Amino acid sequence: MFKFLFDRDTWQEVFDSFNKNKLRSVLTMVGVWWGILLLIVLLGSARGMENSFNRLFGDFATNSVFVWGESTSKAFKGFQKGRWVKLTLSDAKKVEENVEGIEFVVPRSQSQATVTRKFLSGAFQMAGDYPLLDRVQKKKLIHGRFINQADIDDNKKVALLSEDCYKQLFEKDEKAIGEYVQINSMNFKVIGIFKNGDVNMGPTTDMHIPFTTFQQIYNRGDRIGWMMITGKPEYDIKQIEADTKLLLKNLNKVHPKDGRAFGSFNLGKEFSKITGFLTGMQFLTWFVGIATLIAGVFAIGNILLITIKERTKEIGVRRALGATPFEIKRQIVVEAVFLTLVAGVVGIISGGWILILIDALYGQGPDASLVNASVSIAVVFIALLLLTALGTLIGLIPAFKATSIKPIQALREE
Amino acid sequence: MLKIKGLHKSYPIGDSSLHVLKGIDLQVEEGEMVAIMGSSGSGKSTLLNIIGMLDEADEGEYILDGLPIENLNEKKAAVYRNKFLGFIFQSFNLINYKNALENVALPLYYQGMKRKERQEKALFHLGKVGLADWAQHLPKELSGGQNQRVAIARALAANPKLLLADEPTGALDTKTSHEIMAFIQQLNDEGKTILMVTHEEDIASMCKRIVRLRDGVIMEDAKVEQIRAEQYV
Repeated sequence: MFKFLFDRDTWQEVFDSFNKNKLRSVLTMVGVWWGILLLIVLLGSARGMENSFNRLFGDFATNSVFVWGESTSKAFKGFQKGRWVKLTLSDAKKVEENVEGIEFVVPRSQSQATVTRKFLSGAFQMAGDYPLLDRVQKKKLIHGRFINQADIDDNKKVALLSEDCYKQLFEKDEKAIGEYVQINSMNFKVIGIFKNGDVNMGPTTDMHIPFTTFQQIYNRGDRIGWMMITGKPEYDIKQIEADTKLLLKNLNKVHPKDGRAFGSFNLGKEFSKITGFLTGMQFLTWFVGIATLIAGVFAIGNILLITIKERTKEIGVRRALGATPFEIKRQIVVEAVFLTLVAGVVGIISGGWILILIDALYGQGPDASLVNASVSIAVVFIALLLLTALGTLIGLIPAFKATSIKPIQALREE
Repeated sequence: MLKIKGLHKSYPIGDSSLHVLKGIDLQVEEGEMVAIMGSSGSGKSTLLNIIGMLDEADEGEYILDGLPIENLNEKKAAVYRNKFLGFIFQSFNLINYKNALENVALPLYYQGMKRKERQEKALFHLGKVGLADWAQHLPKELSGGQNQRVAIARALAANPKLLLADEPTGALDTKTSHEIMAFIQQLNDEGKTILMVTHEEDIASMCKRIVRLRDGVIMEDAKVEQIRAEQYV
């Protein structure tokens, strides 16, 4: 059945009829070429955009919400309005225990601190943290380690400095791990240097010290600054946010309808906006690409139809010489598929080149806007398959047209 | 060789129909060279087309070399045409973007013959019409007479039982016509059965038998003394 595909003569025929109408064939192929080029370049760019977003958000568990206390706007249970709500460790614990779908809750505290080393000093944002923070917001450590449970248990005076902080306090290339810095006049041992992420959710942090140490030196008791709540992937983070706030209102004697007592930032919601945008982009790309492709394939079908009209007599002659209608149809379909595929492959290759160019122009460096703009092999295969299918379908129209005329009429055609 | 009995054919024209062939009986033996003559509208082309299986009769019997030709679908007709018949057209009908050799090889291609074998055979037939040196030339690079010779080589390539020629000299000047006729006569001498439609008396007289048609019936069917074309060349 498919033996003819490997027959030199089949291709000879294809090339002959291509050569006969060189300019026209090439012009028709431009449509398909452009369609597939558009598809590849747009899909690749969308992927690049997605990659760069993922790189920005890669440090975060995106299914997260941050909650902190603010002042109440309604009087409740004997409390005046305008009371500042203070979250505590036990709030965090109860949220973790009672709200459905929570992966973990990370309480945090933050304050400004003056850091001195030798003759250098600076004011920095310092946070008291649990080791768990690393799970919500992956720290990019350049040297050393993050806070561990032993640090928490023993209220150890250890600190992680951000790269910027290190640069202010230390000489270039000076060893920092194991050295001491003075935070609010207390000696802290440096255990790690980290790099701040490209995107900062919440206040920037220049230093991390163990949560318990922080509470101790600032006399915070069990009060916390805010909590980071990460939901399990299958749970809706918006629901978790609502449940958490309701529980916290209950625990802190806040009016259930008080909308201002707690501040929050829902990372999951923001992230899903962006991913929704990316999905929309990809959908649009496929839509535009395939629509252009179909238009291109139609152009090929149209040209073949004209060519067939011009070749009516030739087809009549061939049939007089013993070509069966099937052989005629097959040849025309092969031509259609060949034209679409060649245009498509050229389109894929040139699309690839453009992606390489995009990568060279916009894909380099840490703040590249399109990271690794590319299309997967699967997409290429789908595109090729689509082209073959469309080419076959569109080839069938001129093919049936060609054999619908009786050979005797075809021969009379001038 | 060829046997036709009670052949009728009519074409619909608007609401009425035009009765073109009104009961044709014709028998052609192997090795004959028959000219079918008639004015335009006499039905001679229709008859040739039916014999050539390019058209089908409404009624009547057609037996070719003992094989009844009936209930033809397009595929069957194509296979029969390829196997049994060779066509020579007035306007040559060569495929203009294929060279002489490829044109001659075309019927063999549709027979499914292997490329090499096909080309050898095509070259042999081109040699027979004296155009072996012109094998790689396109039709537009050849003269009318040469083109018709390529067409004849093509008609012969599949070694058909019957050669059908529709005004084979219609597009040629007298001298070239005679050359072509001499050639066709030579083929007949070698034993090929030839059926030719023409409206030129001198061309018809170079056949061995003349069948005259008028208004869809055979008026006259007579064997004639063949005039050899070589004497004019």
